[in-house]
Amino acid sequence: MKTYLPSRFMVERDKDRCIRCQVCVNQCSFDAHYYDCDDDTIRAREDNCVGCHRCVSFCPTNALNVRQNPLEYKSNFNWTSQAIEDITKQAETGGVLLTGMGNDKDYRIYWDHLVLNASQVTNPSIDPLREPMELATYLGRKPNEVEVDSDGKLKTKLAPQVRIEIPVMFSAMSYGAVSLNVHKSLARAATQMGTMWNTGEGGLHPDLYQYGQNTTVQTASGRFGVHAGYLSAGRIVEIKIGQGAKPGIGGHLPGEKVSAEVSRTRMIPEGTDALSPAPHHDIYSIEDLAQLVYAMKEATNYTKPISVKIAAVHNAAAIASGMVRAGADIVVLDGLRGSTGAAPKVIRDNVGIPIELALAAVDTRLRQEGIRNQASIVVAGGIRNSGDVAKAIALGADAVYIATSALIALGCHVCQQCHTGKCAWGLCTTDLALTKRINPDIGARRLSNLLRSWSHELKDILGAMGLNALESLRGNRLHLRGIGLTDKELEILGVKMAGS
Amino acid sequence: MRDLGHIQNPYSDGKVIDSCSIFGMMDTSGKRFSGEGIIRAIGNMHFRGNGLGGGFAVYGLYPEHPDDYAFHIMYNSDAAKIETEEYLNHRFDINLAEVVPTKLNEAIINPPLVIRYFASIKPEIAHAHCVNQSQDDYVVSRVMEINTHIADSFVFSSGKNMAVFKGVGYPEEIAEYFQLAQYEGYLWTAHGRFPTNTRGWWGGAHPFSIHDWTVVHNGEISSYGTNKRFLEEYGYECTMQTDTEVVAYAVDLLARRHNLPVEIIAKVFSPPFWHAINRRSPEQQEMLGTLRQVYSGLLLNGPFTIILAHQGEMIGLTDRIRLRPLTVGVKGSTLYLSSEESAIRLICPDLDKAWIPMGGEPIIGSLKSPIIPGSYNQNSAAAGSQGI
Repeated sequence: MKTYLPSRFMVERDKDRCIRCQVCVNQCSFDAHYYDCDDDTIRAREDNCVGCHRCVSFCPTNALNVRQNPLEYKSNFNWTSQAIEDITKQAETGGVLLTGMGNDKDYRIYWDHLVLNASQVTNPSIDPLREPMELATYLGRKPNEVEVDSDGKLKTKLAPQVRIEIPVMFSAMSYGAVSLNVHKSLARAATQMGTMWNTGEGGLHPDLYQYGQNTTVQTASGRFGVHAGYLSAGRIVEIKIGQGAKPGIGGHLPGEKVSAEVSRTRMIPEGTDALSPAPHHDIYSIEDLAQLVYAMKEATNYTKPISVKIAAVHNAAAIASGMVRAGADIVVLDGLRGSTGAAPKVIRDNVGIPIELALAAVDTRLRQEGIRNQASIVVAGGIRNSGDVAKAIALGADAVYIATSALIALGCHVCQQCHTGKCAWGLCTTDLALTKRINPDIGARRLSNLLRSWSHELKDILGAMGLNALESLRGNRLHLRGIGLTDKELEILGVKMAGS
Repeated sequence: MRDLGHIQNPYSDGKVIDSCSIFGMMDTSGKRFSGEGIIRAIGNMHFRGNGLGGGFAVYGLYPEHPDDYAFHIMYNSDAAKIETEEYLNHRFDINLAEVVPTKLNEAIINPPLVIRYFASIKPEIAHAHCVNQSQDDYVVSRVMEINTHIADSFVFSSGKNMAVFKGVGYPEEIAEYFQLAQYEGYLWTAHGRFPTNTRGWWGGAHPFSIHDWTVVHNGEISSYGTNKRFLEEYGYECTMQTDTEVVAYAVDLLARRHNLPVEIIAKVFSPPFWHAINRRSPEQQEMLGTLRQVYSGLLLNGPFTIILAHQGEMIGLTDRIRLRPLTVGVKGSTLYLSSEESAIRLICPDLDKAWIPMGGEPIIGSLKSPIIPGSYNQNSAAAGSQGI
């Protein structure tokens, strides 16, 4: 069937600069460049271009540019180019539209409507270059009070806590969805920087058990790669109920991606599809969750905090309260902008609520019920910079998860082709020719650098506020003001309007 | 229009910000002395305040009524007095009620009526209500109720054998108004205030008191939002929008409800840095680490010096990087705490020892372990830090 879709991008090649070295041909995993030997020239199949900029970055003579196709449909607020092209694609395939990465719609980004405070006159700002500045965070269940005996000796024994040196962790990305080299990069960076990375639900490759102290092992509805050794390898066990990009939807790793190594790690036959059911088949209610939480605690001898991750949905506050009562030591909320390796586009674009509102609502609810100390709150979904991190902490989070930001640090240009398995940057693919594009040593250095930059910036932000410990910003919504928000939005965020 | 005389924070700023002078002196042998010295000392730091608040706390004040709760209540209207007295009469046996004697001076404008009541809980109420809670808990709850539900009434203090005197003016003017030179106690604290706010309300001056604890505070607690929300989980409603209120409630939670000694409370408010904790013994690491993890919401972050007092004990504490001043002086069995050394030297020129403590290091004076006169002579090995 002839496609009616126009190409999304235009590839511009400066003939004077091009030396016909074919780097672009070799780098493009979408076959957008080819060498025409008859004319000794490089040409483009623009229909194939996804705008990932791999060729632009690697062209040794800067001969290439990729820009959006300026083709304009007749202007129409309802029938946008995306609406037209989605229908066209479905008419040509009859399938569910798949996509990768997080929601790209223009829903309000509340981070950009919140501003931070700083000290002036009445209290001094603190210079992080001269004074100690503490970002260390402890994740896990805390008691309501500390007890000491009459001799002043400590009686209280804390539940397992995990210390992270910066309140930023790498979010779940499974082996299979991303490559082993990506996992190695994440694991090494987390170990270097004293934070956690997360296996996702694809199990833990044998090479990575050495990073267990900085690993969160995930168990999700497919239970892939879950066994006693796996659970005890990590520092935190995370039960994944939902994901921000596709709340209520399971996962599907196509058989082509299930290589020998993936098969071994996931404990499924080579070449078979790995299907994660939409719900856990043993969790149909909150008390079932409690059973799984305690099954995990039993399996790990009560030595590790158990984390439960949900997608931020309408009644997230009530659900989170139930999760804490069900024994979750860490509550993870993944918001509307949370990313994915593959999801139905209609779900990604339309389901869930912004993480800022979910976080504010959950933190407020847990405090109203007097159980906020019983669980740490971690938020995920679209955190872009240290400013977002600081605002999340001030709204009430203990820490944040980043995945897209981490992938960008490794080279991702957010072209949203993760679901194709052809990632030209070698990230979201198991094609061995592509995965070797990531060198784990360099990858770990890039990720560590990102965390190091953010930690310097967080210290600057704290010092400017006159604080020298992160915990004094946690839930400190007085250090936030809103701009351009309605009264109701301010009320839900628990933040005052700027100027008041 | 709202009457500014009744409102602590008329502009609803996040919190009231103030800078101050503070002074405390305690004879750890328990000997009572008059307020004359502390009035001169706090007066010497006149310029650190701006005349918008001054106050004093005195312990060992009423040895003739040692077992009665000494309510000191201010009224801005007659109706408030009638309503509050009816409230008290239903719940307490009032053994003595009298107007706190005052002498008007020109600096004092529109003062409220202040009455003190020496009272005990009615036996039948004590019987019915104090099964699951102590009598002190009952009194704390009643004081909260009066402060939040009866308009124009405010309880300055309610502890036994102690009182708070405070108001709008320089501390030396407030002292003159309440004729404090005539009183005697073994422990005095004082406060001169410089709020960045309008002429305030008498109840908003320091010391702040809950149960028999008092707090005088110099500083701004930048972690106020975090501390306030932490305390709200334990049922404390921070209504006055001042960071000092937060300190008072935090002390109440940790000392009265969680039963922690002051040395430990100091480590909650001004915890050592993690890198310093990591150098301690494993036992101390566990103690300090546990405190930081459980009470992270009560770390008082930002510049402050506080003097806390309760029956038999006075504690001076700064924030952990000492962004506000505190000087300690010792003479004989008397411990002095002050924003400035000059104020101590004014009333006691020949101190055995004067020093500036490290940030976050609590200085504790206690009747239980009185200072042995001479132990703090400059060359003495005993001179040094206290606490864990």
